[in-house]
Amino acid sequence: MSTATLKDVGKPHDKVKEPLNYLNATNTIKSWLFTVDHKRIAIMYLVAVSVAFLLGGLAAGMIRVELTVPKGQFLTNDAYNKVFTAHGVIMIFFFLIPAVPAVLGNFILPLMLGARDLAFPRLNLLSFYVYSAALVMGLAAIIGGGVDTGWTFYTPYSSVYSNSNVALTIMAAFVAGFSSIFTGLNFIVTIHKMRAPGMTWFRMPLFAWAMYATSVIIMLGTPVVAITLALVVVERTLGFGIFSPEIGGDPVLFQHLFWFYSHPAVYIMVLPAMGVINEVIAANSKKRIFGYEFVAFSTMAIAVFGFIVWGHHMFATSQSMYLGLVFSVLSFLVAVPSAVKIFNWATTMYKGSVELTSHMLYAFGFLGLFTIGGLTGLYLSSLATDIHLTATYFVVAHFHYVMVGGTAMGFLAGLHFWWPKMTGRMYNEVWGKVSAVLVFLGFNLTFLPQFVVGYLGMPRRYHFYPPEFQLWHVMSTGGAFVLGVGFLLPVVYLIHSLKHGEKAGNNPWRAVGLEWVTTSPPDTHNFHEVPVVTWEAYEYFQESHHGGDVGPSRFPFDDDAVHVSSDEEVHV
Amino acid sequence: MNELQLAPIAASEYAGEVDKLFWVMNALTVVFTIIVIALIAFLAARYRKGTNVDRSNPTTHNTLLEMTWTLPALVLGLGVFTWSSRLFADVYTPPKNAREVFVIGKQWMWHAQHSDGTRENNEIHVPVNNPVKLSMISQDVIHAFYVPEFRIQRHVEPGRYTTMWFTPTRVGKYRVYCNVYCGTQHSEMGGWVVVQSREDFEKWQAGGGGRPFYPGGISSPTGDLSLAQTGATLFRKYQCASCHADGPKASSKGASLVGLYKSLRQLADGSKVVADEGYIRSAILNPNDVRLANSTGSMPAYRGSLSESEVIALIAYIKEIGTGKPLEGGRPDSVAPAANTNSQQWRYMYGGEQYQ
Repeated sequence: MSTATLKDVGKPHDKVKEPLNYLNATNTIKSWLFTVDHKRIAIMYLVAVSVAFLLGGLAAGMIRVELTVPKGQFLTNDAYNKVFTAHGVIMIFFFLIPAVPAVLGNFILPLMLGARDLAFPRLNLLSFYVYSAALVMGLAAIIGGGVDTGWTFYTPYSSVYSNSNVALTIMAAFVAGFSSIFTGLNFIVTIHKMRAPGMTWFRMPLFAWAMYATSVIIMLGTPVVAITLALVVVERTLGFGIFSPEIGGDPVLFQHLFWFYSHPAVYIMVLPAMGVINEVIAANSKKRIFGYEFVAFSTMAIAVFGFIVWGHHMFATSQSMYLGLVFSVLSFLVAVPSAVKIFNWATTMYKGSVELTSHMLYAFGFLGLFTIGGLTGLYLSSLATDIHLTATYFVVAHFHYVMVGGTAMGFLAGLHFWWPKMTGRMYNEVWGKVSAVLVFLGFNLTFLPQFVVGYLGMPRRYHFYPPEFQLWHVMSTGGAFVLGVGFLLPVVYLIHSLKHGEKAGNNPWRAVGLEWVTTSPPDTHNFHEVPVVTWEAYEYFQESHHGGDVGPSRFPFDDDAVHVSSDEEVHV
Repeated sequence: MNELQLAPIAASEYAGEVDKLFWVMNALTVVFTIIVIALIAFLAARYRKGTNVDRSNPTTHNTLLEMTWTLPALVLGLGVFTWSSRLFADVYTPPKNAREVFVIGKQWMWHAQHSDGTRENNEIHVPVNNPVKLSMISQDVIHAFYVPEFRIQRHVEPGRYTTMWFTPTRVGKYRVYCNVYCGTQHSEMGGWVVVQSREDFEKWQAGGGGRPFYPGGISSPTGDLSLAQTGATLFRKYQCASCHADGPKASSKGASLVGLYKSLRQLADGSKVVADEGYIRSAILNPNDVRLANSTGSMPAYRGSLSESEVIALIAYIKEIGTGKPLEGGRPDSVAPAANTNSQQWRYMYGGEQYQ
């Protein structure tokens, strides 16, 4: 395939002033609400998960302010318990799980594969509405009285003792699970059946591999937690003895079933972010990801092994010592592929041409924070240290390094990377860098002190705490404000860019990949001609040894002679 | 607090061992993190766009190189696993000579019963340098008994005994935290482990210890009852002996309890279980769950009519049946002040309010 042909792929058929794209093709509200275009659904998801993130962040802010003094500032015990539960429920079920797959995956995956849409466009729309219904249910439960069980819903507290909106919250999580399953099913079928001609499995970008692995976990794990949560509601409302020993149940059974999903759920949240990091680092290093096959296989290995380590959440329960030993060694083993990926990403830059864009800074932030998150996980896989540290602030710090340092940083990296493609506009790069740095610094200021106070013995979910821990909590709250500003900045400059941003060309980052050959924003049908793939993923060339820019590529760059989106260059 | 603390006081043998492991892991973490950050910083700076460096023949994979960072990571990880697991195996199984204290967790307090009959709320007194085994159960939701200075915690579950043990090595008062979220006052469900020198502990035991309030409404006109003596009194009160022999004179109706503890029992469903505390508890509360192979199944279930406190006393007695040893005596005539039986906590814990 010649270079010229690829450039035709993104070329509109007719000479028009403003080429039609998925955003301006139709303008009615109805055309948005009933759209089956994966790109529009992704944009609606972006708005919804952003709302969830800001609400969850508001709850986090309340927690941090409340904890600046040992006896609390303005909340009652019950109110505090409801606020930390709201923070966990909103962030996990309504932000971390859907963020990368439903927004970035939805938008980019079909473009990457050279497909015109996902396999089941209507199912995709249904997934969004099911998610929205779940979000409304969850917010109704939280605002209309609240729920105080913690996001883990441990029995028999949740099933018998709690006097809060447990059933409604659980139903919200249950319904949200269906939206994940719909998205996962859609991605699996799309990746199997809708790849462009020549796009073999090992020519797929690693983001697609990550989406595939994530979808497999979603399909296998979500039904288990859905049924488990439904059983809690059954026990709570009908009094069937399942988890409460007073009526013949077993409370630890709940933990086994819950973590059988909720540990793999960590990978549902973090694998997509790892997928994003592959794309961002490759594009900003102008290099193929180091050890592509290894990264692809380790992604799938994590998906499989993630299912056999759930017991490491239960070392301090009545679980037997031998079970503890098995889960511990498996947890050490599953950590290795993740650790190795970090080195693969770093060495991708070797002999590359590294550009320190805002999305690359976010990706660096991911690497640093995820390294710490992963390493501190070993303290919790290790039995002897875990029975001191479990359920303390050490754990809180650890999973925030993984979830925020991993998933949220990956999401922001991806959002900045693909924003020009999604909206056709460039955001202010300086503010992007400021935000990336603020998030990184604020995050560390917030959560590094929590490792220390955790080792000192500060339990999580504590409203009141001994005065000797106050110093660490005050530091943490100070960091949280920096972090909050870092997170709010993108909201401002990204929205600002929609009207005032410079128009983006098709390929502002000079990246390779099919999503960069179509217009920005893409046409409703993604590609005017179905591309035929004859090349490997991440096909960057380094022809000049010095000076460090990439040589000619089959992929059109914005500063090439041919601007396929600008009027004067459009030829039929 | 005068100086910046980075670890709690190490007040048990185990705590010192965990700290060693912790600092080695910290060292590995710091070294590994520095390597990653340095590698990223070096590569990003050296190969920054526009720098004049050699970019010929870029490598995109190198199995040997990948193995050189995978294998050491694996070996170090398994080394930490082995070290940690040996420590854990030690701290999982209590030594035979450990002093046993029963702990009952409930929303939102801790209750402890010593074998000499002493009872305490939200405090546990123990002598220094003597292993202590806690046998714990919850009356409601899941709690966890956590003492950071001992570097150990264990869940306290309803319906099942869990144990933890420690050898305190330092006299002092150490905070107990509930560390599984248990409702409104979770963060106030605290208490203290009071580690005393041998002399102070004996003084406390003889006089100032917690007052013996007996479960089940029984009383003792002469001095204090030990836990096993309390159990024996309850055994008579509930007329257990009309079916179960607790001495040489065998009763024909139920299984003899002589030498029951730690014996192997053949159940009706074909399985065999060791008669430990958990088994005895089930056999009293839900006898049909652990029905013996040759049983008529006529024993009534005492679930709901016995408190966890009574069950613990009964188990303490049943464990002694057939050992041939005289029951441990309670404290001599108490010199301790009478308890304030009007306090809400007393009524709640011993007055039966929690069962209404």
